[in-house]
Amino acid sequence: MRTRKLLLVDGECDPVDAHAQPDRFTANGRDRVLEEIAVQIHCDTDIVAARQKGRVLAASLGFSSSELTLIATAISELARNIVLYAKQGEIVLRLYERGEQRGVMVRARDNGPGIPDIRRALQGGFSTSRSLGLGLPGVRRLMDEFEIDSRVGQGTTVTARKWRR
Amino acid sequence: MEHEVREARTTFGTMHQMSQPTAELLRQLVAHLRQNRTQLREEWARRITEAKLLTAMTKEEIFAEATSVYDNYVEALETGTFEALQAYARNLSERIIPRGVETHEVVGIVLLLRDVLARSLFAKYQNDFALLNRILDAYEPAANRIANTVAVGFVQERERVIREQQEAIRVLSTPVLQVRERLLILPIIGVIDPQRARQLTEQLLRGIRTNRAKVVVIDITGVPVMDANVANNLVQTVEATRLLGATVIITGLSPEIAQTLVTIGVDLGKMNTVGDLQGGIEEAERLLGYKVVPLTDNAELRT
Amino acid sequence: MEVPILKQGPYLIASIQSALSDADLVQLRDALVEQVGRLRSRGVIVDVTALDVMDSFATRTLRDITFMIRLRVAETVIVGIQPDVAFTMVQLGLKLEGVPTALDLEEGIAFLSKKDNGANKEATPRGR
Repeated sequence: MRTRKLLLVDGECDPVDAHAQPDRFTANGRDRVLEEIAVQIHCDTDIVAARQKGRVLAASLGFSSSELTLIATAISELARNIVLYAKQGEIVLRLYERGEQRGVMVRARDNGPGIPDIRRALQGGFSTSRSLGLGLPGVRRLMDEFEIDSRVGQGTTVTARKWRR
Repeated sequence: MEHEVREARTTFGTMHQMSQPTAELLRQLVAHLRQNRTQLREEWARRITEAKLLTAMTKEEIFAEATSVYDNYVEALETGTFEALQAYARNLSERIIPRGVETHEVVGIVLLLRDVLARSLFAKYQNDFALLNRILDAYEPAANRIANTVAVGFVQERERVIREQQEAIRVLSTPVLQVRERLLILPIIGVIDPQRARQLTEQLLRGIRTNRAKVVVIDITGVPVMDANVANNLVQTVEATRLLGATVIITGLSPEIAQTLVTIGVDLGKMNTVGDLQGGIEEAERLLGYKVVPLTDNAELRT
Repeated sequence: MEVPILKQGPYLIASIQSALSDADLVQLRDALVEQVGRLRSRGVIVDVTALDVMDSFATRTLRDITFMIRLRVAETVIVGIQPDVAFTMVQLGLKLEGVPTALDLEEGIAFLSKKDNGANKEATPRGR
Protein backbone atom coordinates (compact mmCIF):
# COMPACT_ATOMS: atom_id res chain seq x y z
CA MET A 1 0.00 0.00 0.00
CA ARG A 2 1.79 3.04 -1.22
CA THR A 3 1.31 6.34 0.43
CA ARG A 4 0.46 8.98 -2.12
CA LYS A 5 1.55 12.21 -0.50
CA LEU A 6 1.52 15.09 -2.93
CA LEU A 7 2.57 17.91 -0.66
CA LEU A 8 4.12 18.23 2.71
CA VAL A 9 1.56 17.66 5.41
CA ASP A 10 2.40 19.13 8.78
CA GLY A 11 3.18 15.74 10.20
CA GLU A 12 0.17 15.14 12.39
CA CYS A 13 -1.15 11.67 11.71
CA ASP A 14 -2.95 10.85 14.92
CA PRO A 15 -6.73 11.17 14.84
CA VAL A 16 -7.90 14.19 16.73
CA ASP A 17 -10.04 13.46 19.74
CA ALA A 18 -12.65 16.17 20.00
CA HIS A 19 -12.28 16.29 23.76
CA ALA A 20 -8.51 16.38 23.85
CA GLN A 21 -6.63 19.57 24.37
CA PRO A 22 -5.11 20.56 21.05
CA ASP A 23 -1.36 20.97 20.92
CA ARG A 24 -0.65 24.64 21.05
CA PHE A 25 1.92 24.22 18.31
CA THR A 26 1.79 21.96 15.32
CA ALA A 27 4.62 19.68 14.35
CA ASN A 28 6.23 22.27 12.13
CA GLY A 29 6.56 24.51 15.16
CA ARG A 30 5.67 27.76 13.52
CA ASP A 31 1.87 27.73 13.46
CA ARG A 32 0.05 28.42 16.67
CA VAL A 33 -3.43 26.98 17.17
CA LEU A 34 -5.86 29.52 18.56
CA GLU A 35 -8.96 27.39 18.60
CA GLU A 36 -10.14 24.00 17.43
CA ILE A 37 -13.43 22.21 16.84
CA ALA A 38 -13.98 18.70 15.52
CA VAL A 39 -17.30 17.79 13.90
CA GLN A 40 -18.19 14.15 13.39
CA ILE A 41 -19.64 13.46 9.96
CA HIS A 42 -22.10 10.61 9.61
CA CYS A 43 -24.98 11.90 7.56
CA ASP A 44 -26.06 14.82 5.44
CA THR A 45 -27.26 17.00 8.30
CA ASP A 46 -23.72 16.90 9.68
CA ILE A 47 -22.58 18.59 6.47
CA VAL A 48 -24.69 21.62 7.26
CA ALA A 49 -23.54 21.62 10.88
CA ALA A 50 -19.88 21.47 9.90
CA ARG A 51 -20.10 24.34 7.45
CA GLN A 52 -22.11 26.53 9.78
CA LYS A 53 -19.61 25.99 12.57
CA GLY A 54 -16.84 26.72 10.13
CA ARG A 55 -18.48 29.95 9.11
CA VAL A 56 -18.85 31.13 12.69
CA LEU A 57 -15.27 30.18 13.55
CA ALA A 58 -13.81 31.91 10.51
CA ALA A 59 -15.97 34.97 11.13
CA SER A 60 -14.21 35.45 14.46
CA LEU A 61 -11.01 36.08 12.51
CA GLY A 62 -12.66 38.81 10.53
CA PHE A 63 -12.85 37.20 7.12
CA SER A 64 -15.02 39.08 4.63
CA SER A 65 -18.53 37.91 3.83
CA SER A 66 -17.53 36.45 0.49
CA GLU A 67 -14.54 34.66 2.03
CA LEU A 68 -16.80 33.12 4.64
CA THR A 69 -19.03 31.78 1.89
CA LEU A 70 -15.98 30.30 0.15
CA ILE A 71 -14.85 28.60 3.33
CA ALA A 72 -18.31 27.29 4.20
CA THR A 73 -18.75 25.93 0.69
CA ALA A 74 -15.35 24.22 0.77
CA ILE A 75 -16.30 22.58 4.06
CA SER A 76 -19.59 21.47 2.54
CA GLU A 77 -17.85 19.79 -0.39
CA LEU A 78 -15.27 18.04 1.76
CA ALA A 79 -17.86 16.87 4.27
CA ARG A 80 -20.06 15.56 1.51
CA ASN A 81 -17.18 13.52 0.12
CA ILE A 82 -16.91 11.85 3.50
CA VAL A 83 -20.62 11.01 3.54
CA LEU A 84 -20.67 9.77 -0.02
CA TYR A 85 -17.50 7.72 -0.10
CA ALA A 86 -16.38 6.93 3.43
CA LYS A 87 -19.76 6.88 5.14
CA GLN A 88 -18.21 8.51 8.18
CA GLY A 89 -15.35 10.67 9.27
CA GLU A 90 -14.70 14.06 10.78
CA ILE A 91 -14.06 17.66 9.93
CA VAL A 92 -11.50 19.43 12.09
CA LEU A 93 -11.65 23.19 12.10
CA ARG A 94 -8.74 25.18 13.46
CA LEU A 95 -7.91 28.83 13.81
CA TYR A 96 -4.24 29.46 13.27
CA GLU A 97 -1.70 32.12 13.89
CA ARG A 98 1.42 32.11 11.76
CA GLY A 99 3.55 35.06 12.68
CA GLU A 100 1.51 38.12 11.81
CA GLN A 101 -1.05 36.17 9.80
CA ARG A 102 -4.21 34.50 10.97
CA GLY A 103 -6.13 31.84 9.14
CA VAL A 104 -8.49 28.93 9.27
CA MET A 105 -7.72 25.29 8.58
CA VAL A 106 -10.26 22.74 7.42
CA ARG A 107 -9.21 19.12 7.68
CA ALA A 108 -11.48 16.37 6.39
CA ARG A 109 -10.42 13.00 7.68
CA ASP A 110 -11.90 9.57 7.08
CA ASN A 111 -11.05 5.88 7.14
CA GLY A 112 -12.78 5.19 3.87
CA PRO A 113 -11.62 3.48 0.73
CA GLY A 114 -9.03 6.09 -0.17
CA ILE A 115 -8.40 7.62 -3.58
CA PRO A 116 -6.61 5.36 -6.04
CA ASP A 117 -5.51 8.05 -8.47
CA ILE A 118 -4.97 11.32 -6.65
CA ARG A 119 -3.52 13.10 -9.65
CA ARG A 120 -6.59 12.36 -11.68
CA ALA A 121 -8.86 13.44 -8.85
CA LEU A 122 -7.10 16.80 -8.81
CA GLN A 123 -7.42 17.38 -12.52
CA GLY A 124 -10.23 19.18 -14.21
CA GLY A 125 -13.32 20.37 -12.45
CA PHE A 126 -16.90 19.39 -12.04
CA SER A 127 -18.29 17.47 -14.92
CA THR A 128 -21.80 18.13 -16.02
CA SER A 129 -22.77 14.50 -15.88
CA ARG A 130 -24.50 13.00 -12.89
CA SER A 131 -21.26 11.82 -11.40
CA LEU A 132 -19.71 14.97 -10.03
CA GLY A 133 -16.56 13.35 -8.80
CA LEU A 134 -14.92 14.58 -5.68
CA GLY A 135 -14.87 18.26 -6.52
CA LEU A 136 -11.33 18.53 -5.17
CA PRO A 137 -10.02 20.90 -7.87
CA GLY A 138 -12.83 23.26 -6.95
CA VAL A 139 -11.99 23.18 -3.25
CA ARG A 140 -8.37 23.77 -4.12
CA ARG A 141 -9.37 26.86 -6.11
CA LEU A 142 -11.36 28.26 -3.20
CA MET A 143 -8.63 27.92 -0.59
CA ASP A 144 -5.08 29.27 -0.29
CA GLU A 145 -3.36 26.04 0.74
CA PHE A 146 -4.39 22.51 -0.11
CA GLU A 147 -2.89 19.15 0.82
CA ILE A 148 -4.15 15.65 0.35
CA ASP A 149 -2.96 12.39 1.81
CA SER A 150 -4.79 9.26 0.77
CA ARG A 151 -4.03 5.55 1.08
CA VAL A 152 -6.17 2.99 -0.69
CA GLY A 153 -7.94 0.85 1.87
CA GLN A 154 -6.98 3.10 4.75
CA GLY A 155 -8.49 6.52 4.31
CA THR A 156 -8.12 10.09 3.18
CA THR A 157 -7.13 13.33 4.80
CA VAL A 158 -7.67 16.59 2.99
CA THR A 159 -6.27 19.72 4.59
CA ALA A 160 -7.06 23.18 3.30
CA ARG A 161 -6.22 26.59 4.74
CA LYS A 162 -7.30 30.12 4.06
CA TRP A 163 -5.45 33.13 5.39
CA ARG A 164 -6.81 36.54 6.18
CA ARG A 165 -5.62 39.12 3.68
CA MET B 1 34.61 75.88 29.70
CA GLU B 2 31.70 73.52 30.39
CA HIS B 3 29.38 75.61 28.31
CA GLU B 4 31.67 75.38 25.37
CA VAL B 5 32.05 71.64 25.73
CA ARG B 6 28.31 71.22 25.73
CA GLU B 7 28.05 73.31 22.65
CA ALA B 8 30.69 71.27 20.93
CA ARG B 9 28.69 68.13 21.58
CA THR B 10 25.53 69.48 19.99
CA THR B 11 27.31 70.18 16.77
CA PHE B 12 27.69 67.26 14.38
CA GLY B 13 27.67 64.15 16.49
CA THR B 14 29.95 62.37 14.07
CA MET B 15 32.55 64.90 14.96
CA HIS B 16 32.35 64.42 18.67
CA GLN B 17 36.04 64.66 18.70
CA MET B 18 35.78 67.89 16.75
CA SER B 19 38.31 70.42 17.74
CA GLN B 20 37.33 73.68 19.35
CA PRO B 21 38.63 75.60 16.36
CA THR B 22 36.27 73.78 14.02
CA ALA B 23 33.31 74.62 16.17
CA GLU B 24 34.54 78.18 16.20
CA LEU B 25 34.89 78.16 12.43
CA LEU B 26 31.37 76.94 11.97
CA ARG B 27 30.15 79.70 14.24
CA GLN B 28 31.99 82.16 12.07
CA LEU B 29 30.58 80.83 8.87
CA VAL B 30 27.06 80.69 10.19
CA ALA B 31 27.39 84.29 11.27
CA HIS B 32 28.56 85.20 7.79
CA LEU B 33 25.68 83.37 6.19
CA ARG B 34 23.21 85.13 8.44
CA GLN B 35 24.70 88.52 7.80
CA ASN B 36 24.54 88.09 4.05
CA ARG B 37 21.25 86.36 4.10
CA THR B 38 19.42 88.73 1.80
CA GLN B 39 21.85 88.81 -1.09
CA LEU B 40 22.77 85.13 -0.83
CA ARG B 41 19.13 84.17 -0.90
CA GLU B 42 18.47 86.36 -3.91
CA GLU B 43 21.47 84.92 -5.70
CA TRP B 44 20.21 81.46 -5.02
CA ALA B 45 16.71 82.19 -6.24
CA ARG B 46 18.19 83.69 -9.37
CA ARG B 47 20.25 80.59 -10.04
CA ILE B 48 17.22 78.39 -9.49
CA THR B 49 15.36 80.24 -12.19
CA GLU B 50 18.40 80.19 -14.45
CA ALA B 51 18.67 76.44 -14.09
CA LYS B 52 14.98 76.23 -14.97
CA LEU B 53 14.10 74.46 -11.76
CA LEU B 54 10.80 74.69 -9.90
CA THR B 55 9.07 75.75 -13.11
CA ALA B 56 5.78 74.67 -11.55
CA MET B 57 6.05 77.56 -9.10
CA THR B 58 5.84 81.32 -9.51
CA LYS B 59 8.78 83.62 -8.73
CA GLU B 60 7.10 84.77 -5.56
CA GLU B 61 6.51 81.22 -4.40
CA ILE B 62 10.10 80.27 -5.14
CA PHE B 63 11.32 83.20 -3.14
CA ALA B 64 9.09 82.36 -0.21
CA GLU B 65 10.22 78.74 -0.15
CA ALA B 66 13.81 79.76 -0.70
CA THR B 67 13.64 81.89 2.38
CA SER B 68 12.52 79.10 4.64
CA VAL B 69 14.89 76.57 3.09
CA TYR B 70 17.78 78.99 3.56
CA ASP B 71 16.94 79.63 7.17
CA ASN B 72 16.52 75.95 7.93
CA TYR B 73 19.76 75.20 6.14
CA VAL B 74 21.72 77.68 8.19
CA GLU B 75 19.96 76.52 11.33
CA ALA B 76 21.04 72.94 10.65
CA LEU B 77 24.59 74.11 10.08
CA GLU B 78 24.48 75.93 13.36
CA THR B 79 22.85 73.39 15.62
CA GLY B 80 24.19 70.29 13.90
CA THR B 81 20.95 68.51 14.61
CA PHE B 82 18.97 67.11 11.78
CA GLU B 83 15.60 66.21 13.26
CA ALA B 84 14.32 69.69 12.69
CA LEU B 85 15.66 69.63 9.16
CA GLN B 86 14.06 66.26 8.45
CA ALA B 87 10.74 67.51 9.71
CA TYR B 88 11.12 70.61 7.63
CA ALA B 89 12.04 68.57 4.55
CA ARG B 90 8.94 66.39 4.95
CA ASN B 91 6.81 69.45 5.45
CA LEU B 92 8.26 71.13 2.40
CA SER B 93 7.74 67.99 0.35
CA GLU B 94 4.13 67.75 1.42
CA ARG B 95 3.64 71.25 0.08
CA ILE B 96 5.48 70.99 -3.18
CA ILE B 97 4.69 67.45 -4.30
CA PRO B 98 1.10 68.35 -5.18
CA ARG B 99 2.56 71.22 -7.21
CA GLY B 100 4.32 68.67 -9.37
CA VAL B 101 7.85 69.31 -8.15
CA GLU B 102 10.13 66.39 -8.89
CA THR B 103 13.04 64.79 -7.12
CA HIS B 104 15.73 66.12 -9.44
CA GLU B 105 14.48 69.63 -8.82
CA VAL B 106 14.66 69.32 -5.07
CA VAL B 107 18.15 67.82 -5.20
CA GLY B 108 19.10 70.49 -7.71
CA ILE B 109 18.07 73.47 -5.62
CA VAL B 110 19.73 72.17 -2.48
CA LEU B 111 22.97 71.62 -4.36
CA LEU B 112 22.68 75.09 -5.84
CA LEU B 113 22.32 76.55 -2.37
CA ARG B 114 25.37 74.63 -1.26
CA ASP B 115 27.30 76.09 -4.21
CA VAL B 116 26.07 79.64 -3.65
CA LEU B 117 27.13 79.52 -0.02
CA ALA B 118 30.46 77.90 -0.85
CA ARG B 119 31.20 80.60 -3.42
CA SER B 120 30.43 83.25 -0.91
CA LEU B 121 32.85 81.60 1.51
CA PHE B 122 35.55 81.61 -1.21
CA ALA B 123 34.93 85.28 -1.75
CA LYS B 124 35.16 86.09 1.94
CA TYR B 125 38.26 84.07 2.77
CA GLN B 126 40.10 84.33 -0.51
CA ASN B 127 42.95 86.16 1.07
CA ASP B 128 43.68 83.44 3.60
CA PHE B 129 43.91 80.18 1.76
CA ALA B 130 44.71 78.13 4.84
CA LEU B 131 41.72 79.53 6.71
CA LEU B 132 39.52 78.99 3.69
CA ASN B 133 40.53 75.34 3.65
CA ARG B 134 39.70 74.94 7.31
CA ILE B 135 36.37 76.65 6.81
CA LEU B 136 35.55 74.36 3.92
CA ASP B 137 36.59 71.35 5.98
CA ALA B 138 33.96 72.36 8.48
CA TYR B 139 31.38 73.34 5.92
CA GLU B 140 31.47 70.57 3.33
CA PRO B 141 30.50 67.53 5.42
CA ALA B 142 27.69 69.46 7.00
CA ALA B 143 26.45 70.80 3.68
CA ASN B 144 26.51 67.35 2.13
CA ARG B 145 24.62 65.88 4.99
CA ILE B 146 22.00 68.59 4.65
CA ALA B 147 21.61 67.93 0.94
CA ASN B 148 21.24 64.25 1.68
CA THR B 149 18.66 64.81 4.41
CA VAL B 150 16.49 67.02 2.27
CA ALA B 151 16.66 64.77 -0.77
CA VAL B 152 15.92 61.61 1.16
CA GLY B 153 13.09 63.33 3.02
CA PHE B 154 11.57 64.36 -0.27
CA VAL B 155 11.85 60.92 -1.81
CA GLN B 156 10.33 59.26 1.23
CA GLU B 157 7.42 61.66 1.18
CA ARG B 158 6.89 61.00 -2.50
CA GLU B 159 6.86 57.27 -1.98
CA ARG B 160 4.35 57.67 0.83
CA VAL B 161 2.07 59.70 -1.40
CA ILE B 162 2.29 57.16 -4.20
CA ARG B 163 1.47 54.31 -1.81
CA GLU B 164 -1.52 56.22 -0.51
CA GLN B 165 -2.77 56.89 -3.98
CA GLN B 166 -2.44 53.26 -4.95
CA GLU B 167 -4.35 52.24 -1.87
CA ALA B 168 -7.06 54.78 -2.57
CA ILE B 169 -7.46 53.49 -6.08
CA ARG B 170 -7.73 50.00 -4.74
CA VAL B 171 -10.23 50.88 -2.13
CA LEU B 172 -12.33 53.20 -4.32
CA SER B 173 -15.83 52.38 -3.37
CA THR B 174 -17.44 51.39 -6.55
CA PRO B 175 -16.62 52.13 -10.14
CA VAL B 176 -19.91 50.51 -11.05
CA LEU B 177 -22.13 53.16 -12.59
CA GLN B 178 -25.83 53.10 -12.99
CA VAL B 179 -26.65 55.07 -16.11
CA ARG B 180 -30.19 53.99 -16.80
CA GLU B 181 -32.68 52.00 -14.91
CA ARG B 182 -31.74 48.32 -14.82
CA LEU B 183 -28.47 49.08 -16.64
CA LEU B 184 -25.03 49.12 -15.05
CA ILE B 185 -21.71 50.03 -16.58
CA LEU B 186 -18.40 48.83 -15.25
CA PRO B 187 -15.53 50.63 -17.00
CA ILE B 188 -12.24 48.91 -16.26
CA ILE B 189 -9.04 50.86 -16.76
CA GLY B 190 -5.45 49.82 -16.57
CA VAL B 191 -3.77 46.57 -15.78
CA ILE B 192 -5.80 44.51 -13.37
CA ASP B 193 -4.25 42.14 -10.88
CA PRO B 194 -6.19 39.10 -9.67
CA GLN B 195 -7.02 40.69 -6.34
CA ARG B 196 -8.45 43.81 -7.97
CA ALA B 197 -10.35 41.58 -10.39
CA ARG B 198 -11.97 39.77 -7.48
CA GLN B 199 -12.86 43.07 -5.85
CA LEU B 200 -14.44 44.35 -9.05
CA THR B 201 -16.48 41.19 -9.44
CA GLU B 202 -17.77 41.41 -5.90
CA GLN B 203 -18.63 45.08 -6.30
CA LEU B 204 -20.39 44.39 -9.58
CA LEU B 205 -22.46 41.54 -8.19
CA ARG B 206 -23.50 43.62 -5.21
CA GLY B 207 -24.31 46.48 -7.55
CA ILE B 208 -26.53 44.22 -9.65
CA ARG B 209 -28.45 43.25 -6.59
CA THR B 210 -28.76 46.76 -5.22
CA ASN B 211 -29.73 48.36 -8.50
CA ARG B 212 -31.77 45.40 -9.74
CA ALA B 213 -29.86 45.57 -12.96
CA LYS B 214 -30.80 43.37 -15.88
CA VAL B 215 -27.96 44.33 -18.18
CA VAL B 216 -24.34 45.06 -17.38
CA VAL B 217 -21.90 46.59 -19.83
CA ILE B 218 -18.30 45.79 -18.94
CA ASP B 219 -16.02 48.09 -20.88
CA ILE B 220 -12.43 46.95 -21.21
CA THR B 221 -11.31 49.52 -23.78
CA GLY B 222 -8.90 50.86 -21.20
CA VAL B 223 -7.32 47.50 -20.42
CA PRO B 224 -4.16 47.08 -22.48
CA VAL B 225 -3.37 43.53 -21.55
CA MET B 226 -4.88 40.69 -19.58
CA ASP B 227 -3.21 37.53 -18.43
CA ALA B 228 -4.93 34.17 -18.37
CA ASN B 229 -5.85 34.46 -14.69
CA VAL B 230 -7.60 37.77 -15.04
CA ALA B 231 -9.22 36.64 -18.27
CA ASN B 232 -10.57 33.72 -16.31
CA ASN B 233 -11.89 36.14 -13.69
CA LEU B 234 -13.67 38.00 -16.45
CA VAL B 235 -15.34 34.82 -17.63
CA GLN B 236 -16.32 33.96 -14.08
CA THR B 237 -17.78 37.43 -13.67
CA VAL B 238 -19.94 36.90 -16.73
CA GLU B 239 -21.11 33.55 -15.37
CA ALA B 240 -21.83 34.90 -11.91
CA THR B 241 -23.77 37.80 -13.39
CA ARG B 242 -26.00 35.37 -15.20
CA LEU B 243 -26.74 33.60 -11.93
CA LEU B 244 -28.15 36.89 -10.72
CA GLY B 245 -30.44 36.99 -13.72
CA ALA B 246 -28.55 39.70 -15.63
CA THR B 247 -26.87 39.75 -19.03
CA VAL B 248 -23.35 40.96 -19.69
CA ILE B 249 -22.19 42.86 -22.74
CA ILE B 250 -18.44 43.22 -23.11
CA THR B 251 -17.21 46.25 -25.01
CA GLY B 252 -13.76 47.35 -26.09
CA LEU B 253 -12.40 43.86 -26.48
CA SER B 254 -9.02 44.23 -28.13
CA PRO B 255 -7.74 41.55 -30.54
CA GLU B 256 -5.01 40.69 -28.04
CA ILE B 257 -7.39 40.09 -25.20
CA ALA B 258 -9.74 38.22 -27.50
CA GLN B 259 -6.79 35.95 -28.26
CA THR B 260 -6.12 35.44 -24.55
CA LEU B 261 -9.73 34.46 -24.02
CA VAL B 262 -9.63 31.98 -26.86
CA THR B 263 -6.43 30.53 -25.45
CA ILE B 264 -8.06 29.78 -22.12
CA GLY B 265 -10.88 28.03 -23.91
CA VAL B 266 -13.58 30.67 -24.07
CA ASP B 267 -16.04 30.40 -26.92
CA LEU B 268 -16.21 34.03 -28.00
CA GLY B 269 -19.30 33.23 -30.01
CA LYS B 270 -21.11 32.65 -26.76
CA MET B 271 -20.03 35.97 -25.31
CA ASN B 272 -22.02 39.07 -26.01
CA THR B 273 -19.42 41.52 -27.31
CA VAL B 274 -19.79 44.88 -28.97
CA GLY B 275 -17.05 47.07 -30.40
CA ASP B 276 -17.28 50.16 -28.26
CA LEU B 277 -18.97 51.42 -25.13
CA GLN B 278 -21.52 53.50 -27.01
CA GLY B 279 -22.53 50.54 -29.08
CA GLY B 280 -22.71 48.44 -25.97
CA ILE B 281 -25.08 50.85 -24.28
CA GLU B 282 -27.28 50.89 -27.35
CA GLU B 283 -27.36 47.12 -27.42
CA ALA B 284 -28.21 47.10 -23.72
CA GLU B 285 -31.09 49.47 -24.26
CA ARG B 286 -32.32 47.33 -27.07
CA LEU B 287 -32.25 44.31 -24.77
CA LEU B 288 -34.04 46.18 -22.04
CA GLY B 289 -36.75 47.39 -24.37
CA TYR B 290 -37.10 44.05 -26.01
CA LYS B 291 -40.24 42.72 -24.45
CA VAL B 292 -40.98 39.37 -26.01
CA VAL B 293 -37.88 37.30 -25.35
CA PRO B 294 -36.73 37.32 -21.72
CA LEU B 295 -33.04 37.92 -21.08
CA THR B 296 -32.51 34.74 -19.15
CA ASP B 297 -33.82 32.89 -22.16
CA ASN B 298 -30.89 34.20 -24.19
CA ALA B 299 -28.48 33.11 -21.52
CA GLU B 300 -30.05 29.68 -21.48
CA LEU B 301 -29.56 29.38 -25.22
CA ARG B 302 -25.89 30.06 -24.89
CA THR B 303 -25.25 27.28 -22.43
CA MET C 1 -37.26 20.49 7.17
CA GLU C 2 -40.00 20.98 4.65
CA VAL C 3 -39.91 23.90 2.30
CA PRO C 4 -43.24 25.75 2.05
CA ILE C 5 -44.64 25.68 -1.49
CA LEU C 6 -47.23 28.31 -2.33
CA LYS C 7 -49.52 28.41 -5.27
CA GLN C 8 -49.69 31.77 -7.02
CA GLY C 9 -52.07 31.52 -9.94
CA PRO C 10 -50.56 29.15 -12.47
CA TYR C 11 -47.22 29.12 -10.68
CA LEU C 12 -45.71 27.47 -7.65
CA ILE C 13 -43.32 29.35 -5.43
CA ALA C 14 -40.97 27.44 -3.18
CA SER C 15 -39.33 29.74 -0.65
CA ILE C 16 -36.33 28.20 1.04
CA GLN C 17 -36.12 29.60 4.54
CA SER C 18 -32.83 28.24 5.80
CA ALA C 19 -30.03 25.82 5.06
CA LEU C 20 -31.29 22.56 3.65
CA SER C 21 -29.74 19.16 4.13
CA ASP C 22 -29.34 16.86 1.16
CA ALA C 23 -32.44 14.93 2.20
CA ASP C 24 -34.44 18.17 2.42
CA LEU C 25 -33.39 19.11 -1.09
CA VAL C 26 -34.46 15.76 -2.48
CA GLN C 27 -37.77 16.07 -0.65
CA LEU C 28 -38.27 19.52 -2.18
CA ARG C 29 -37.56 18.16 -5.63
CA ASP C 30 -40.07 15.37 -5.25
CA ALA C 31 -42.71 17.66 -3.76
CA LEU C 32 -42.41 20.16 -6.59
CA VAL C 33 -42.60 17.53 -9.29
CA GLU C 34 -45.64 15.97 -7.68
CA GLN C 35 -47.48 19.27 -7.19
CA VAL C 36 -46.75 20.56 -10.69
CA GLY C 37 -48.27 17.38 -12.04
CA ARG C 38 -51.26 17.41 -9.74
CA LEU C 39 -52.06 21.13 -9.99
CA ARG C 40 -51.02 21.46 -13.64
CA SER C 41 -48.88 24.46 -12.81
CA ARG C 42 -47.16 26.19 -15.69
CA GLY C 43 -44.09 27.34 -13.81
CA VAL C 44 -42.05 27.01 -10.64
CA ILE C 45 -40.01 29.61 -8.82
CA VAL C 46 -37.44 28.41 -6.34
CA ASP C 47 -36.35 31.26 -4.11
CA VAL C 48 -32.87 30.60 -2.69
CA THR C 49 -32.37 34.03 -1.12
CA ALA C 50 -31.88 32.47 2.30
CA LEU C 51 -29.25 29.97 1.19
CA ASP C 52 -25.81 31.08 2.32
CA VAL C 53 -24.13 28.17 0.57
CA MET C 54 -24.89 26.52 -2.75
CA ASP C 55 -22.65 23.54 -3.18
CA SER C 56 -22.44 20.85 -5.83
CA PHE C 57 -25.34 18.87 -4.45
CA ALA C 58 -27.68 21.85 -4.21
CA THR C 59 -26.74 22.85 -7.73
CA ARG C 60 -27.31 19.38 -9.07
CA THR C 61 -30.68 19.14 -7.37
CA LEU C 62 -31.82 22.47 -8.78
CA ARG C 63 -30.88 21.24 -12.23
CA ASP C 64 -32.76 18.02 -11.59
CA ILE C 65 -35.81 20.01 -10.55
CA THR C 66 -35.61 22.11 -13.71
CA PHE C 67 -35.33 19.17 -16.06
CA MET C 68 -37.90 17.00 -14.33
CA ILE C 69 -40.42 19.84 -14.32
CA ARG C 70 -39.73 20.49 -17.99
CA LEU C 71 -40.87 16.95 -18.60
CA ARG C 72 -44.19 18.12 -17.24
CA VAL C 73 -44.16 21.00 -19.72
CA ALA C 74 -43.54 23.62 -17.10
CA GLU C 75 -40.64 25.99 -16.60
CA THR C 76 -38.52 26.58 -13.51
CA VAL C 77 -36.62 29.70 -12.56
CA ILE C 78 -34.19 30.03 -9.67
CA VAL C 79 -34.26 33.42 -7.99
CA GLY C 80 -32.35 35.15 -5.23
CA ILE C 81 -28.86 33.73 -5.59
CA GLN C 82 -26.74 35.94 -3.33
CA PRO C 83 -23.72 37.78 -4.77
CA ASP C 84 -21.27 35.93 -2.49
CA VAL C 85 -22.88 32.62 -3.35
CA ALA C 86 -22.77 33.33 -7.10
CA PHE C 87 -19.11 34.29 -6.78
CA THR C 88 -18.28 31.05 -4.97
CA MET C 89 -20.29 28.94 -7.38
CA VAL C 90 -18.45 30.13 -10.45
CA GLN C 91 -15.11 29.58 -8.77
CA LEU C 92 -16.13 26.04 -8.01
CA GLY C 93 -17.26 25.68 -11.60
CA LEU C 94 -20.96 25.34 -10.77
CA LYS C 95 -22.69 27.29 -13.48
CA LEU C 96 -26.26 26.02 -13.33
CA GLU C 97 -26.17 25.49 -17.05
CA GLY C 98 -29.53 25.17 -18.68
CA VAL C 99 -31.31 26.54 -15.62
CA PRO C 100 -33.01 29.92 -15.92
CA THR C 101 -32.18 32.41 -13.22
CA ALA C 102 -33.59 35.76 -12.20
CA LEU C 103 -32.74 38.35 -9.61
CA ASP C 104 -35.72 38.00 -7.31
CA LEU C 105 -39.33 36.89 -6.99
CA GLU C 106 -40.65 39.81 -9.03
CA GLU C 107 -38.25 39.12 -11.88
CA GLY C 108 -38.96 35.43 -11.62
CA ILE C 109 -42.67 35.92 -12.09
CA ALA C 110 -42.01 38.34 -14.96
CA PHE C 111 -39.83 35.70 -16.59
CA LEU C 112 -42.42 32.98 -16.26
CA SER C 113 -45.26 35.11 -17.58
CA LYS C 114 -43.23 36.19 -20.58
CA LYS C 115 -42.48 32.61 -21.34
CA ASP C 116 -46.12 31.85 -20.86
CA ASN C 117 -47.33 34.61 -23.19
CA GLY C 118 -44.89 33.54 -25.80
CA ALA C 119 -46.13 30.01 -25.66
CA ASN C 120 -49.72 31.15 -25.85
CA LYS C 121 -49.24 33.52 -28.78
CA GLU C 122 -47.47 31.15 -31.09
CA ALA C 123 -48.70 27.82 -32.20
CA THR C 124 -45.29 26.73 -33.43
CA PRO C 125 -42.14 26.66 -31.32
CA ARG C 126 -40.35 29.99 -31.29
CA GLY C 127 -37.50 30.20 -33.75
CA ARG C 128 -34.59 31.98 -32.18
